[in-house]
Amino acid sequence: MSENFNHAQIIKDPGDNYKILGTRPVRHDGVDKVTGRAIYGNDVQLQGLVEGAILRSPEAHARILSIDTSEAEAHPGVLAVTTSADFPDLGDKIANLGEGPVNLAHLAANCLAKDKVLYKGHAVAAVAAQNVHIAREALDLIKVEYEPLPIVTDVLEAMKDGAPLLHEGLLTNLVPGGEKAEAPSNISDHHHFKRGDTEAAFEAAHIVVEREFTTQTVHQGYIEPHVATAHWNQDGQLTVWASTQGSFSAREQTSEVLQIPISKVKVIPCEIGGGFGGKIPIYLEPVAAVLSRKCGRPVKIQMTRDGVFEGTGPTPASFMRIKLGVDEAGKMTVGEAWLAYDTGAFPGGVIGPGVMCVFSCYDIEHAHIDGYDVCVNKPWTKAYRAPGSTHVAYAVESVVDELAEKLEMDPIDLRLLNAAREGTKRVDGPVYPRIGLIETLEAAKNHDHYKSPLEGPNRGRGVAAGFWFNIGLKSAATAHVNADGTVTLLEGSTDIGGTRTSISMQLAETLGIAAEDINPKVADTDSVGYTDITGGSRVTFATGLAAVEVGKDIISQMKERAAKLWECEAADVEFSDGIFSQGDNSISFKELCAKLSRTGGLITARASVDPQGFTNGFGVHICDLEVDVETGKVQILRYTALQDAGKAIHPSYVEGQLQGGSVQGIGWALNEEYLFDEKGHMLNPTMLDYRMPTALDVPMIDTVIIEVPNPSHPFGVRGVGETPIVPPPGAIANAVKSAIGIRMTELPMSPPRVHSAITEDGNGAS
Amino acid sequence: MRDFEYKAPATIDEAVTLLAERGSEARVLAGGTDIIVQLREGLRKADLVVDVKKIPELMSLAWRDDGGLDIGGAVPCHVLYNDAKVINAYPSITDSAKIIGGWQIQGRASLGGNLCNSSPAADSIPSLIVEGATCRIAGPGGERLVPVQEFCTAPGANVLTEGEMLVSLALPPAGESSGSRYMRFIPRNEMDIAVTGAGAWLRLGEGGETVEEARLALSAVAPTPIVAGEAEAWLQGKPATEESFTEAGDIARKAASPISDMRGPADYRTHLVGVLVKRALNGALGRARGGDRNPVIPSGINLC
Amino acid sequence: MGKKIHVSTTINGEAVEFLCEARQSLLEIIRDTLTLTGAKEGCNNGNCGACTVLMNGVPVDSCLVLAVEAEGAELETVESIANEEHLHPLQECFLEGAALQCGICTPGFLVSAKALLDGHPEPTEEEIRFELSGNLCRCTGYDKIVRAVQAASERMKEVK
Repeated sequence: MSENFNHAQIIKDPGDNYKILGTRPVRHDGVDKVTGRAIYGNDVQLQGLVEGAILRSPEAHARILSIDTSEAEAHPGVLAVTTSADFPDLGDKIANLGEGPVNLAHLAANCLAKDKVLYKGHAVAAVAAQNVHIAREALDLIKVEYEPLPIVTDVLEAMKDGAPLLHEGLLTNLVPGGEKAEAPSNISDHHHFKRGDTEAAFEAAHIVVEREFTTQTVHQGYIEPHVATAHWNQDGQLTVWASTQGSFSAREQTSEVLQIPISKVKVIPCEIGGGFGGKIPIYLEPVAAVLSRKCGRPVKIQMTRDGVFEGTGPTPASFMRIKLGVDEAGKMTVGEAWLAYDTGAFPGGVIGPGVMCVFSCYDIEHAHIDGYDVCVNKPWTKAYRAPGSTHVAYAVESVVDELAEKLEMDPIDLRLLNAAREGTKRVDGPVYPRIGLIETLEAAKNHDHYKSPLEGPNRGRGVAAGFWFNIGLKSAATAHVNADGTVTLLEGSTDIGGTRTSISMQLAETLGIAAEDINPKVADTDSVGYTDITGGSRVTFATGLAAVEVGKDIISQMKERAAKLWECEAADVEFSDGIFSQGDNSISFKELCAKLSRTGGLITARASVDPQGFTNGFGVHICDLEVDVETGKVQILRYTALQDAGKAIHPSYVEGQLQGGSVQGIGWALNEEYLFDEKGHMLNPTMLDYRMPTALDVPMIDTVIIEVPNPSHPFGVRGVGETPIVPPPGAIANAVKSAIGIRMTELPMSPPRVHSAITEDGNGAS
Repeated sequence: MRDFEYKAPATIDEAVTLLAERGSEARVLAGGTDIIVQLREGLRKADLVVDVKKIPELMSLAWRDDGGLDIGGAVPCHVLYNDAKVINAYPSITDSAKIIGGWQIQGRASLGGNLCNSSPAADSIPSLIVEGATCRIAGPGGERLVPVQEFCTAPGANVLTEGEMLVSLALPPAGESSGSRYMRFIPRNEMDIAVTGAGAWLRLGEGGETVEEARLALSAVAPTPIVAGEAEAWLQGKPATEESFTEAGDIARKAASPISDMRGPADYRTHLVGVLVKRALNGALGRARGGDRNPVIPSGINLC
Repeated sequence: MGKKIHVSTTINGEAVEFLCEARQSLLEIIRDTLTLTGAKEGCNNGNCGACTVLMNGVPVDSCLVLAVEAEGAELETVESIANEEHLHPLQECFLEGAALQCGICTPGFLVSAKALLDGHPEPTEEEIRFELSGNLCRCTGYDKIVRAVQAASERMKEVK
């Protein structure tokens, strides 16, 4: 049956000899998801459930002088109203919540504003009522007195002396080093890395290209809005049903914001309708919790779509200056990057990864990087799929393309000449282990897409590379073996892309049984061991590893049972290909399961892992497009995404990550942006005017998976999920240049911008 | 949104009576794809919603004896573009109907509703204008007819007075040797509001080489959809060629007085008028000469 | 608060009655009152298609239909696409072709795609993309969804 579906080209590692890995079983949660039975956050139904709504600030920057909730509380059908006055005072507490330190006061103030509102849409109060209509009526009855303050939304403006300050005491933090600036500003962090002598190297370079780029605020765009249900029981036990990328992380954040013991908080992950990094932070959980405590009923809040745009965590807008120098042969000798990312209302943005990723694809001896995180009156930025990397890749890949043109070199050859490889030291310090960038570039060069001629006026082809780290972090898993030879697996990674199946496949491979014989469950925080977030391209790697370790635990226990049956030593029992054997004795996994009850009972196994050896994902994308020069509109004609995946456990889901990330990148490149007026109000907080690609906007996305195994994982897994969003804007900008001879240095390359560039260029198109 | 009363009258008289009684507190509900959004977001208010879909005249699609067509005010878009006779007679109207908002919107939204919503960017209005539609309005004072190009008066406003409602749109018999096309420019390929829209209708002279009559209407470049009268007049008698159409496009630009907003800058919209008028005229010409009248999927270069 | 209105309608072949306020959308009633939670709220203003249901055989955004308008109508939701024992070829092809990642848009796509194939059994790729442009997906990039619809069209042809 599945021969009907086009499959990616997979360039396999020659040592590959797996039975289950690399096959394409139907996902275990599939039937529920195609029949409408799967329970997502808003599908939760509970006895006595009431609904909530959030009041959001109409001002982009203002002091809150007073909030009068009395009329709202008196409105018929309203059960509770809350503001930040109901949250405990958190002082300067910092907590480490898995992906780095978090200022808890900021986290809490972002859930419900305290003293000041810092962006239009900042949550100020919330209401719980019999139904959502009454809750929303009650919002209109809450009287908030604001004292408007001057606003700043542009990242460069916010860096200037005299810019309106969002946080009076914010002193720029130097990274690395930790020194603080003397005077307050909106710059929360200044990252700085230098090696070699860049000035001399630029002097000596044969060709130098320097360009400036700007990008706009862009949102993850998950189709499911944020939603949480909280029930604060009379015994102090808080249960939260959440659409979240990390139940344990949500539990910790909630317990910290409310200052209640973690043991009192249980988070039940619902099926999740997309996250891309945006559903790692909490917004609704503590608010719903307090409302529930006040009214004694479970409270469900789902954000409105405009609430999602205005009140959650988009990716930064940015200004970037990139300067690269090459020698006569095209070897990159020196690079300089000056990067400013806005972080929205609070410090703690993604300039760090931006600085680490900017030159990450290339081996450049002399380099100087300055990166700034800048507060502005916009929503607090959060992770969006390879956060910070897409911005710098757009800029650097554009400059590399320009160098290739000046050198009259093939763009892939120039990248091959300079590509990072095992042993290359990144500017911020780490040395690459075995990586697959060169293999991926070569696969791109040899691909039919790259070799086919592209004919016709105003058509062009562009190529770009991209990088993302991938992380490890902690995962746990528990399993119990059933008498019929199946294994129930409890794991804690919320499943946004089919991971419960890729994790099951790794357990199945370890045990020598079919993937269909694993019964995976994404478990709540009471039912499985601590597991870090679903993000960072880590789940197939780390939770998969936990499943492998669980498998080893099962095998070890079952060897003892076989030994009991055969009256020998467990150490003499071998296991291979699903069969236990000792001398002439042999028994299959399934047959032995049937005998477990009378050899001591059914088996339970567990593992907790904190793996190192997580490693990098490199992608190369090729894009053909046509520009309608009369209107400036770009149509993508053909698109190929190539990536080193280490080992594609379930190739369909790896392809899916490449395709999905590519289309998000295409949207980012062509039409997605937050538009603001002079009052700092977002003009387009709807899916009508925040323009994500529809099915009619993109062609098929061809994929190539190159398998360069990660030596630190038993199956060679590298994370794959994030890298695919990194190359598209660069590839598209390079294709536009190829099509019409114009380099677009601002994202998105929307029709009016492209058309304006064409008009200014004067030469017009070919 | 605040709750409201809901009534579904069975006759025009009943509906008019309700609307007259309740005045500005009442709003008509046809397909709902504009009004429900507006009520939800507080952009429009209603204490009474009058659902007109139980009134036979509002839902009827009827060919008259003179060969023209009466389209009931609440007839959904999908009914129009699934009707081969409608496509053949008034292709610019089915062009519009096929691209408004996506398939799900077209299952409910009506041309009448699109007209009464009176957005300057309405996709249906340029094509209704060039096809020569007349609005049949019923009110407390009886019935009256208004040419569609006179219906809208300002963004979101039209000639309907308290108690009045649109009953149907009357289209004249389709002419021989005529063809029409509606095109709009949007940044994506679907689901967007028009940045600029152009409806073009041509009747060719004997021999099919010259323009005997041209009609041009534009959306999203003025407070209401407008007729590009000077360009229409200029085209009369001119050869039906790309050159003429380009010139007509340039002239049509003068009729535009767009604003800059989040959907596009003003000068860009004016520029697009020229491009779209030229392309729409080309499309109308192809159909006047016997080409395919089916709605075009707007996914390639030059198709939008 | 308005008086509740009594509505009689048919959903997935069964006659049902419910009470609702005039301001409640069909989506709200289907999900909260009839507990058919397959249709999802993605935007609540007709721009994403996650709430797509069939109303008298026609795909509509149920967030833009008032529940009272369902009087006398025939409604079909994703819950009715499979028959008792088997999945519909579209559902099979979505699963085999991995045409879903988070799955939130999937019910809307299945309803739209079923209506498409019922009315137009052999659509071209362009036609599939055009008719499904009212359903947004953020995870898959649409490639596998389009291929699954194509495969289902083939499979349904074979069965005939």
